Amino acid sequence: MNTPADLLYAKTHEWLRQGKEGGTVGITDYAQSALGDVVFVELPKTGRKVTAGEVIATVESVKAASDIYAPVTGEITETNPTLSADPGLINREPYESGWLFRIQADAGKNHALLSASDYSATLSS
Amino acid sequence: MDTPIFSSPLASCHAELGARMINFGGWNLPVEYTGLLLEHQATRQAAGLFDISHMGQIRAQGAGALAALESLLTNDPAKLRTGEGHYTFLTNDQGGVIDDLLLYRLGPEDFLLVVNASRHKEDLRVLRKAQNNRTLFQGDPGTKAGMALQGPRAEAILAQLLPAGETSPMRNTLIESKLLGIPATIARTGYTGEDGFEIFTSLEDGPKIWRALLEKGKPMGILPCGLGARDSLRLEAGLPLNGQDLSPEITPIEAGLGFFVDLSRPRPFPGRAQLEQAKKNGARCTTIGLVGQPKQAPPRHGYPVFHNGNQIGEITSGVPSPTLGYGVALALITTPAPVCGQDLEFEVRGRRVPAKVSPRKFLLKK
Repeated sequence: MNTPADLLYAKTHEWLRQGKEGGTVGITDYAQSALGDVVFVELPKTGRKVTAGEVIATVESVKAASDIYAPVTGEITETNPTLSADPGLINREPYESGWLFRIQADAGKNHALLSASDYSATLSS
Repeated sequence: MDTPIFSSPLASCHAELGARMINFGGWNLPVEYTGLLLEHQATRQAAGLFDISHMGQIRAQGAGALAALESLLTNDPAKLRTGEGHYTFLTNDQGGVIDDLLLYRLGPEDFLLVVNASRHKEDLRVLRKAQNNRTLFQGDPGTKAGMALQGPRAEAILAQLLPAGETSPMRNTLIESKLLGIPATIARTGYTGEDGFEIFTSLEDGPKIWRALLEKGKPMGILPCGLGARDSLRLEAGLPLNGQDLSPEITPIEAGLGFFVDLSRPRPFPGRAQLEQAKKNGARCTTIGLVGQPKQAPPRHGYPVFHNGNQIGEITSGVPSPTLGYGVALALITTPAPVCGQDLEFEVRGRRVPAKVSPRKFLLKK
């Protein structure tokens, strides 16, 4: 499984990339592979305030619907507009064009996210 | 759970193919090989090969076999000629479904029941209550290797393994033949809505036939298929899954499968009076087909269903249809039921999604 070293991870299989546009969130290569071909995505509304650990999106494959949790507390600033037309991007490029939403994390909060190696260790245990 | 997990006789084949395995009805079985969508499409367009070694086989033999089965099953076993099979139900005293199964007649007093893995032991228990010194019900789980070859190319693929000059069985019939010279029972049936075969052979010979079918079918586009594709294929064809669309609390009439309850014969069977009443006066609920829309959340098991704002039931099985591009579902609802084409809604994560009543066979015949 591909687990880029420069990202942070939640145990629930979301990744977070910190950049100047805020945090970008998607699901990991492991998660997309376990879920199978994604056919439908439900994303949170822009401007929504979310709490770390809250269910805020759903990714559905033919097999099942899977909850997506907010990896940090903050405000949703943008959602990926291309996913509704092509949800399979999540399978093909989970860390790039298959991103789900951007989030402006609240300042000063400690977020219990994992490094790539710690996340990888949770997969093999 | 301390229930032992059965391992498929085809487990070595699945390991070679890198299948993802899950526990299903007490069996360790492949859920996916190359990907559910690819497997689903291969079965619709070419062929798919499924491990069905978990499907239980029960043989009923002896001078009282026909009478015993007539007293237990909803469809009339006496209608079957040797070599023929049909779909039928084993019901409880309320007419609820203990199991749905395929019954084949192998001789005047010799029958084969192909049953659901999860109900196999219960079926044996119920059948053996009707056992007498003239009838014997035999068949424990895990005694045969089974595989289903399904899809428009299934017959062409099977033909390459049959003895020269032997033709494949006709729809809903069964033959004893040989594949690659290995004795095999071959029935023309399936659970995908496609033409195809279910093949049973010995535990040790199963892998040889499995590998040969994949090899012969390769130029025609065959793929090994897991339980994931099996579920989406059967639901597109409107076929019920025991434990979801059928249960001891649901009668065949309520499941919309009254066609397989034959009341034209005199002999009683468990729940006959209730089923007769329901057929005559209508049941308190029924099962309908439901279709969603493209780009909307797909229907899933357990979602509530609404008509004119009132909850009328819930979805028993639902899936985003890979062939159609929108959700399809079976829903158990109260009667009188809205008719085909009428608007419905189902509730997904607190939100209502538009849907329509549909015929249960969601795919148009090619």
